[in-house]
Amino acid sequence: MILRFDKISYTYHTKSGETAAVRDLSFGVDKGQFVSVIGPSGCGKSTILSLAAGLLKPSSGQIIRGDGEFGYMLQKDALFEWRTVEQNVFLPLELKKRNTAEMRAKAVALAEKYGLKDFLKKSPSELSGGMRQRAALIRTLAAEPEILLLDEPFSALDYQTRLEVCDDVQSIIKSEKKTALLVTHDISEAIALSDKVIVLSSRPAHVLAEHIIDFGDSPKSRRNNSEFAACFEVLRKELGI
Amino acid sequence: MKKDVNYSREHIAYLKKLTKKKTVITASRWLILIIFLGLWEIFATFGVVDPFVTSSPSRVIKTIGSLYENGSLFYHVGITLGETVAGFAIAVLSGYTIAVILWSSETVKRILEPYIVVLNSLPKIALGPLIIIWMGTGYTAIIFMTVIVSIIVCIMNTMAGFASIDPTKLTLMKAMGAGRGATLKKLIIPASLPSFMNTLKVAVGLAWIGSIMGEYIVSKAGLGYLIVYGGQVFKLDLVMTATFILCLLAGGMYAIVSLIEKLVVKNFD
Repeated sequence: MILRFDKISYTYHTKSGETAAVRDLSFGVDKGQFVSVIGPSGCGKSTILSLAAGLLKPSSGQIIRGDGEFGYMLQKDALFEWRTVEQNVFLPLELKKRNTAEMRAKAVALAEKYGLKDFLKKSPSELSGGMRQRAALIRTLAAEPEILLLDEPFSALDYQTRLEVCDDVQSIIKSEKKTALLVTHDISEAIALSDKVIVLSSRPAHVLAEHIIDFGDSPKSRRNNSEFAACFEVLRKELGI
Repeated sequence: MKKDVNYSREHIAYLKKLTKKKTVITASRWLILIIFLGLWEIFATFGVVDPFVTSSPSRVIKTIGSLYENGSLFYHVGITLGETVAGFAIAVLSGYTIAVILWSSETVKRILEPYIVVLNSLPKIALGPLIIIWMGTGYTAIIFMTVIVSIIVCIMNTMAGFASIDPTKLTLMKAMGAGRGATLKKLIIPASLPSFMNTLKVAVGLAWIGSIMGEYIVSKAGLGYLIVYGGQVFKLDLVMTATFILCLLAGGMYAIVSLIEKLVVKNFD
């Protein structure tokens, strides 16, 4: 197990009061697994990623982390427009003081492997939305994280690009043998991508159900699989939509 | 745009229209200036207005000529330009530094906020007598005036630029483990460059206000001095001439900053 939440609770404090975002939340992510967390909007999904990455400290409970670093991927690609795509990819190396020729070469190789070769010296503004999100993924992978935390990274894209990028990102993560924890409000995205789907309640979030998904071998084949619709129905009911 | 591309008739017409519009705008700009100067000259020559009070373009040119001949033209221009540029540089550099300090600590920022607001609203000219007593009657006083007139806006604009940075980018930096220093260097400073260039443009204008105001209060030379002196002895040719040169200098300095902006900001969109 590379990440384990054990009875985690988290409360937000603001001037006007306190809000219990997460209560007694327990789940685990195995090495190499792609896990999705779905829940009604505003249920504290992003909080879970911040907790996992250690950006927030839980009010109670324990988070057990395996070896290796975390990589974050956000809703917006947040590429720096004053840097070239290549310089953007190097950003985590600079910040983690691992900006060696070897690491840079690895990052470039990764970018080239996944179709960014011709774009490395270009400005992010010259890339399409899908390519930008791919560049953001390569930037995340450049620091060689063990586990990727994905905060609705496809939600800002239009529908067609979204399907494309979503499959794209999943296959890159799988072929690089990384672990991923994705939060999303999109049921079909969760089913198409994940080995395991965790369904959260509304706030304060706790686990309603866990599903292992094992039909189909790619997001595309899953979407076309006859089990997809049934699975969608189950999750939809659990979310109460 | 490539020349060997065959555009449609409609597109050629469209391009022509664009060029025509541009020509009309440029020509109109010059025309306004020429008409204004022409009428001014004619009215002064034929006594519609009294050239003793209004001066005239030819008298301005004559005055520039005589200032040049007695060697005082570049002396006065140099002094005012030096004061303005020095004050501008000090205000921008220290304003930026103060903004960085205020950015680094939310608490310090909140403590100092009311002081900045009050200093911003205060008419700096009110400090004139104090400045003379503290700094004497030399260039230091004028440069100091230039700095206090422009620095507050430098601080406030720079801080506004820092605050307008995409929060997603800040989250990203945090998630990648960047500290305050790294965030400043890799994100805040480069991301706020376009707004910094805007700050420079505003500061140029204010620096001229500061230096001329300083020269009004205390000076023995400079364009502001010429204006005050000319007014006192009723040499309005001198007042107009100094004002005209000021227009050229201020416009020129603004153009230089705009040019730097174009060079620096081309990678932002």
